[in-house]
Amino acid sequence: MSRMPDGKPLLEVEGISVRFGAVHALSQVSLDVRRGEVLAIIGPNGAGKTTLLNVISGFYHPHEGRILFEGRDRTRLRAPDVAALGFARTFQNVALFRGMTVLDNVMTGRLLRMRGSFLWEALYWGPARRQELEHRAFVERIIDFLEIQAIRKTVAGRLPYGLQKRVELARALAAEPTLLLLDEPMAGMNVEEKEDMCRFILNVNDEFGTTIALIEHDMSVVMDISDRVAVLDYGRKIAEGPPDVVRNDPAVIHAYLGVAHE
Amino acid sequence: MGHPARADAANRGAGLESARDTFPKLVLRNVERFPHKVAIREKDYGIWQSYTWRQYLEQSKLIALGLAALGFKRGDKTAIVGDNRPQLYWAMLATQALGGVPVPLYQDSIEKEMEFIVDHAEARFAVVEDQEQVDKLLQVKARCPRLEHIVYDDPRGLRHYKDAGLISLAAVQELGRRFDQEHPGYFEQEVAKGTADDVAIICYTSGTTGQPKGTMLSNRNLIVTGRNAVEYEGLRPTDEVVAYLPMAWIGDHMFSFAQSILTGFTTNCPESTTTVLQDLREIGPTYFFAPPGIYQRILTTAMIRIDDSAGPKRRLVRFFLDVARRVERSRLTGKPVSPGDRLLHALGRVLVYGPLRDNLGMSQVRLAYTAGEAIGPELFEFYRALGVNMKQLYGMTESSALICIQRDGEVRLDTVGTPLTGVEVRIGESGEVLYRSPGVFVGYYKNPDATRETIEDGWVHSGDAGIIDKDGHLRIIDRARDVGHLADGTLFAPKYLENKLKFSPYIREAVCVGQNRPFVAALLNIDVTAVGSWAERRGLAYTSYTDLSQKPEVYELVREEIARMNRSLLEEPQLRGAQIRRFLMLHKELDPDDQEITRTRKVRRGFIAQKYAALLEALYSDQDHVSVEAKVTYEDGRIATVRADLRIREAEVFAGGATA
Repeated sequence: MSRMPDGKPLLEVEGISVRFGAVHALSQVSLDVRRGEVLAIIGPNGAGKTTLLNVISGFYHPHEGRILFEGRDRTRLRAPDVAALGFARTFQNVALFRGMTVLDNVMTGRLLRMRGSFLWEALYWGPARRQELEHRAFVERIIDFLEIQAIRKTVAGRLPYGLQKRVELARALAAEPTLLLLDEPMAGMNVEEKEDMCRFILNVNDEFGTTIALIEHDMSVVMDISDRVAVLDYGRKIAEGPPDVVRNDPAVIHAYLGVAHE
Repeated sequence: MGHPARADAANRGAGLESARDTFPKLVLRNVERFPHKVAIREKDYGIWQSYTWRQYLEQSKLIALGLAALGFKRGDKTAIVGDNRPQLYWAMLATQALGGVPVPLYQDSIEKEMEFIVDHAEARFAVVEDQEQVDKLLQVKARCPRLEHIVYDDPRGLRHYKDAGLISLAAVQELGRRFDQEHPGYFEQEVAKGTADDVAIICYTSGTTGQPKGTMLSNRNLIVTGRNAVEYEGLRPTDEVVAYLPMAWIGDHMFSFAQSILTGFTTNCPESTTTVLQDLREIGPTYFFAPPGIYQRILTTAMIRIDDSAGPKRRLVRFFLDVARRVERSRLTGKPVSPGDRLLHALGRVLVYGPLRDNLGMSQVRLAYTAGEAIGPELFEFYRALGVNMKQLYGMTESSALICIQRDGEVRLDTVGTPLTGVEVRIGESGEVLYRSPGVFVGYYKNPDATRETIEDGWVHSGDAGIIDKDGHLRIIDRARDVGHLADGTLFAPKYLENKLKFSPYIREAVCVGQNRPFVAALLNIDVTAVGSWAERRGLAYTSYTDLSQKPEVYELVREEIARMNRSLLEEPQLRGAQIRRFLMLHKELDPDDQEITRTRKVRRGFIAQKYAALLEALYSDQDHVSVEAKVTYEDGRIATVRADLRIREAEVFAGGATA
């Protein structure tokens, strides 16, 4: 693999702790997401992976610690503001507008980039019309990229699960994110769908230079596509590094894969 | 009566004007004649992008000059691999312009097959669509060092490929632009050197037996045959075709390339293979070509939707379809239509046929050909009944695609029509169809033995058994070597039965066996879309293709379909003894990657008989199930083993009416 993350951190998570009542979902987790890389966050069930993602995307605020984006503190930002910074995410349980077509779903990813007054929009005239066309053209590039042309006009709720996940990715990409957060992008997929998804994730990283942080359960997938892997267990980070190093880390083997047998 | 005309045509063929005797020259003529007429369209980013004849030429020219800059010499071969894309058609023209020969390959071929052809054709260049094909060809290149340059159109995913000899089409065109400045007039000089008898294309035929053979067709072959058909059918520059069949297939080459250039009509490339049916509707082609399998699939998709619709609607459609079929059957057999039916038919045209035809994307079709193999009578009737001018055509790669065409007003169910202008057909002593025409191929590339076996004194052995009826219509019975007899001497034409079976929307593929056996047995593939949707409506849960196909309910469904076919055989005295008695559903779909069918979906009987010998044994015993273990080959060449237990069931057989 010859992708070249330039190594500078895009996002720095410093000593984050999150508690739900007495449960320590995250304790003192520090993590860098480097510009241009694919970072995988793995760990057993309940290790705090999704919580971490929710903290990064502003759904939760940490009880201690801080988050720096491009060197600036943005620990206290709320989700909409985080989105405005250029974060986009997909969800563990697909969160599409089930009654809308694929095209409309993906178009909603452009909302943050739309400017215009209510009047122009209502009349669909002048700048509103021009803007709509530009956004549509951009969305079509993404539809082409993710090979979902055939379902462009299909209502999202009627699609099989694997395709819904792909549409969700399309919507996230439509926002032209600088950081793409994927929560178990391959959960519940068959082998072929997983392979397709891997290819798309790598192509996104390759083609648009998008930095990607993803949570994944499937170890083989993670090892194949990520530049670095961070491992969480009981809310703590127990390892971080290139896939090969992490794979052989005794703490990881113990926590994640169970005890190694001879 | 026909003879002087044929001689004329042959003479005309012999004397092609030297200014118009190759495809690149014809494109130059098109640019003079109608520079701004749309030559080719492609749906990209959701919009139909058009290229005029002038752009068609400019693009091809840049590719040609770029290839020249890379060292392309006259006589070099270019392998062309990918879905139908304007860029790939341009690459073909570019190759011809430089005096080279394009060799289109089936895009879904596995590496091994590609390797054979690239190696055999001695291709120095390859122009391919995308990463998927690049990956395959890089593997091929490692073993075929003669292949020097791989040019790709779509750069996605290829940014970091550093392999020597790999270059993007855009870069090639850039090289061409520079080459043009340094060598002005080079393109025109090279085009002028081309002659009618240069080989214009080598089509490798997949063949139901043995290694593929490279059929060489000259400019003259394609131009004369193509032009004769254009005149015969009155094709016009305003016609529209959809190019969706493999570029490696002579049919696509004739319609989307040769005839498009000859008349100037527009070729439309779909957005992707999955959107063909939608794109078909958007374009509304006037001229359409498909093997029966495609018509079947279009029909199946429509039928699923009809089945899913509300009760009264469904009954309305079914009622009028029955009327239409009755009327069409009378027409095809020359019987009078009752006044009542005539009235209903007129009503049906407004209520059902028109809208349905529009839904199938066929509302503009003036001319729809079916060829490749015999079409099921029910399927043929269905489309004609809807008002689609569907006609049968007979031809093969070796004849530049065309031998016989049904004339308007002479369309019949059981024949493939009369010989095209310039073509002579006769039946050999063994019952084999022989033909002679200006389209007869130059020879098989690097295979003079096979050429000698196929062409005898200018007559080509078709390999099909047929008869010419009293009206001069050719009737194909089956592959000459496939027609056989049951143990008791009853005539057995497997393909005929299979095509009848495949009319059922639930049956995707069928293989009938019976040669020297006591009765006919069948191995079947379900159509997973249609049966899946049928199962869904009944709340029948299933996990996989194998699981679904082995459901007792599905067996019962298919058993009814077979019973229907068996009953219909009663109408045909010679064949009524060949009813299907026992059948089973295969655990996997027949697949060209497993060599069970060819890429044009023709069953390879010999191979199947060998591979599924155990299944056949069980069909001819009294077992009611058989277990199977089979190897499947994945697209990337990996091989895996599948185990399954298959049921065997008896079909309902009917006693033969009055004469039984």
